Amino acid sequence: MRRRDFLSTLALGAGIVLPLGRGAWAAMDDPAGEGAGATRRKLVVVMLRGAVDGLNVVAPVGDENYLRLRPTIGLGAPGMDGGALDLDGYFGLHPALASLQPLWREKKLAFVHASGSPDATRSHFDAQDYMESATPGLKATPDGWMNRLVGALPGASTPSRLLGIGPVMPRILSGQAAAINLPNGAGGTKADILDRPAIGAAFDALYANHPRFGRAYADGRSAHKEVLEAAAETPHMLAADRGAPLPNGFPDDAARLATLMRNDARIQMAFVALGGWDTHASQGAATGQLANRLAPLGQGLAVLAERLGPLFDDTVVVVMSEFGRTARENGNGGTDHGHGNVMWVMGGKVNGGKVVGEWEGVGDAALNEGRDLPVTTDFRAVLAQIAERHLRLDDKRLVRVFPALPQAGTGFQLMSA
Amino acid sequence: MHLRFPLAVLAAVLAMSAQPAAVAAPLTPEQQAVHVLNRLAFGPRPGDLERVERIGVAAWIEQQLHPESIALPTALEARLRALDTVNRGTGESVAEFVDLQRQVRDEDEGAKARRRMAQARVANQAAEARLLRAIESPRQLEEVMVDFWYNHFNVFSGKGVDRALVSSYERDAIRPYALGHFRDLLGATAKHPAMLYFLDNAVSSAPDAPGAKRKARGLNENYARELMELHTLGVDAGYSQKDVTELARMLTGWTYDQRRLIGLGETFRFDARRHDGGAKSWLGHPIPADGQGEGEYALDVLATHPATAYHLSWQLAQYFVSDTPPPALVVRMSRTWLDTSGDIRAVLGTLFKSPEFMSSEAAGAKFKTPYQFVVSAVRASADTVVDVGPLVSTMAQLGMPLYGCQTPDGYKNTQDAWLNPDALARRIAFAAALAGGRLPLARVPAYAAVPARAREAPNLAGSDAMAPPASLAAASPPPPQVPKPTPLDAARLQDTLAGAISRRTLDIVGRNPDNLKAAMLLGSPDFMQR
Repeated sequence: MRRRDFLSTLALGAGIVLPLGRGAWAAMDDPAGEGAGATRRKLVVVMLRGAVDGLNVVAPVGDENYLRLRPTIGLGAPGMDGGALDLDGYFGLHPALASLQPLWREKKLAFVHASGSPDATRSHFDAQDYMESATPGLKATPDGWMNRLVGALPGASTPSRLLGIGPVMPRILSGQAAAINLPNGAGGTKADILDRPAIGAAFDALYANHPRFGRAYADGRSAHKEVLEAAAETPHMLAADRGAPLPNGFPDDAARLATLMRNDARIQMAFVALGGWDTHASQGAATGQLANRLAPLGQGLAVLAERLGPLFDDTVVVVMSEFGRTARENGNGGTDHGHGNVMWVMGGKVNGGKVVGEWEGVGDAALNEGRDLPVTTDFRAVLAQIAERHLRLDDKRLVRVFPALPQAGTGFQLMSA
Repeated sequence: MHLRFPLAVLAAVLAMSAQPAAVAAPLTPEQQAVHVLNRLAFGPRPGDLERVERIGVAAWIEQQLHPESIALPTALEARLRALDTVNRGTGESVAEFVDLQRQVRDEDEGAKARRRMAQARVANQAAEARLLRAIESPRQLEEVMVDFWYNHFNVFSGKGVDRALVSSYERDAIRPYALGHFRDLLGATAKHPAMLYFLDNAVSSAPDAPGAKRKARGLNENYARELMELHTLGVDAGYSQKDVTELARMLTGWTYDQRRLIGLGETFRFDARRHDGGAKSWLGHPIPADGQGEGEYALDVLATHPATAYHLSWQLAQYFVSDTPPPALVVRMSRTWLDTSGDIRAVLGTLFKSPEFMSSEAAGAKFKTPYQFVVSAVRASADTVVDVGPLVSTMAQLGMPLYGCQTPDGYKNTQDAWLNPDALARRIAFAAALAGGRLPLARVPAYAAVPARAREAPNLAGSDAMAPPASLAAASPPPPQVPKPTPLDAARLQDTLAGAISRRTLDIVGRNPDNLKAAMLLGSPDFMQR
């Protein structure tokens, strides 16, 4: 083969899915010999970077102060044109999240209102760091809590056990335990140039035991092989698609994640971050900027729940954001940086259909510093409860994942017995 | 200035020993040349290493600190001149944007397609202007600093009218001050419509102000917060929520008027009727009512504040030296900052002359960002780039879309931020495509074929063998054929990268077939770092 031709074929490698035998994987379902139980219970965390306006996600439409604080961006009462979707007679869900109503009705979706970080910072970047390290106020923490969590759970730490979707490795996944990331879109589940044997061997030699990059390279190689196989949709799943193409972005990524999780038992935890929530101006009400962001998020979560199929019973999905926004709208039809927010928790065994957390209304006296929702539930208490009751993390190890966790419990149970 | 900041703490830091720690092993002259090409430039092009060694590292650094002393190649200048949407007035760019929006609102069939095409042209030309300079300009430090400062004062091109403004922002607010005085840079960013829009100061008004209308009816603290947190003092400087709100009040009325921008090219306007004239107290200091002067005063204070000197020195040292900058160096840089009232060139001088910078610990210690990786690979390849599209899409795939950082903090430049399993595989794929001559860099981009209104068509015929195809400047006649990139010559590439590739890597590359060698060099662990 002439050199030029050979190199051309390399470039053509992208997009070709190598036919690997599915049977080859049957023996690997239990790679660590820990029993299939080690990774059976799943956790998916969706982080809304930029501080989503929780008071318009789960809006206290039954509070007389709500529309006074938000005369132009507030959601109307349920039943009105463009009004909120009734949740419990007091709170209403943003109408752009209608796709989540079935999960609410089936009591598989709960909200923890007035939750968040005890740290008072209104810096996006510090607050996100704290939410990812789970050590509010402490900047020196080197790792993320999902990484510590996967390290604290029984079973071997294989790279794909902890999976991020997106081109960079977020702080929440960083640390001692192996973790991989897949790019958004279909690219990450296709063959790449290193799947060509000669190229793969050449670069394997370059990176073998390299002190700085060897581990990242090796993790990427092994996880890639695993993902290539797991990405293939089974006929059963194709039926669930009903042939409807999904919009690009989160719904598409969520569907792919569900497929991977169903086909590869070793994937236990996944993380996705979505941006664009920093609505200082013109955020809109039932329609507009915020609604346009919420709609694909809701659709993606519904798709994830549906396509996980029976696995949804073993899965908890948490949606969180670094802090909430001001209770009052500003003069520009937007909201500024606030404090307390709402966490979303969904899953087949979630004790849902309710909005939990200590709630004092949005009257002037109840607001933090006269401007924001207070934090009545520490976000770590919510995460710790899921780690304990869903992932069965024991007490001794819990403090390794969430050091300095406040003693006070939550006063609610997110997981059904 | 008596501030409530923990100045005592800062003073203690600035007074502490700023003696550099003992350096383990000095760099050889060749290692020094490689190091400065990796840090003050986006890596070597063929011949660069010899050039730096010939004139001497110290003299080369001095040259780079004075970009006006270095001539730009005529071919590069000609290509930059041909980018009409980059060179036109700010008002003209906004006029086109508004015009296209209006057409779409009128449900004009095809209007959406026209808008897409026009916006693609604007985006492509902005990327072309940035990347051509980064790849070809001999004023490399200037390009490195444009990358640094754009990130520091980041504006996201995907937000509304900023789509039409990023070129003007970089051209008018960033580039002229990249090695100048920080106060000028700060003021230029504060007053550019791209920033005024991105962080909402354009709509911030005193509540109930007579001039406050429609969507601009109250205080918006977005810019004031990021001005202190990101642009100047740093998040740990000790200011409060009240200081954020008070600074926002001082800056009310700093805006632009879209009609005057389009009609008169006026990019900034202080609207006294929207300014909050009430009593204010900022950083523990009463602020006398002074209209626009209040905001100017705030920028004066912030630009030369010790916390800013430290924060910015730390960030520069992180960019140029290591992810965890040597504290003593940061202190010495801070002193230079305070002594010179924020002269960027002087602060960089302190940095580049330091033993911490010119050390074996620092050499190769930085992991390249996707931008640095892509630009350095193309520089090493010496390919002629007609279409930057493949480079732009690679950066996007790697998580660093050009002008595409949504948040005001800009992209990080640390290994933690960019090293991950997927990134290495993707970088290797890019390296292999580039090495194999498979990237369509010589293709004439589709947008270039669209005639622009009021476009100049400089006559480039016969001016230079490196001249771009004429289609970049005019729709017809059809472009002369640029030779298709061919697979890179591995031996030449190895010469270009001499000193930057380890013995171990060279040995492994040497054992592989010739047709893999160039890809292996560009995809090697050594080329991932700078």
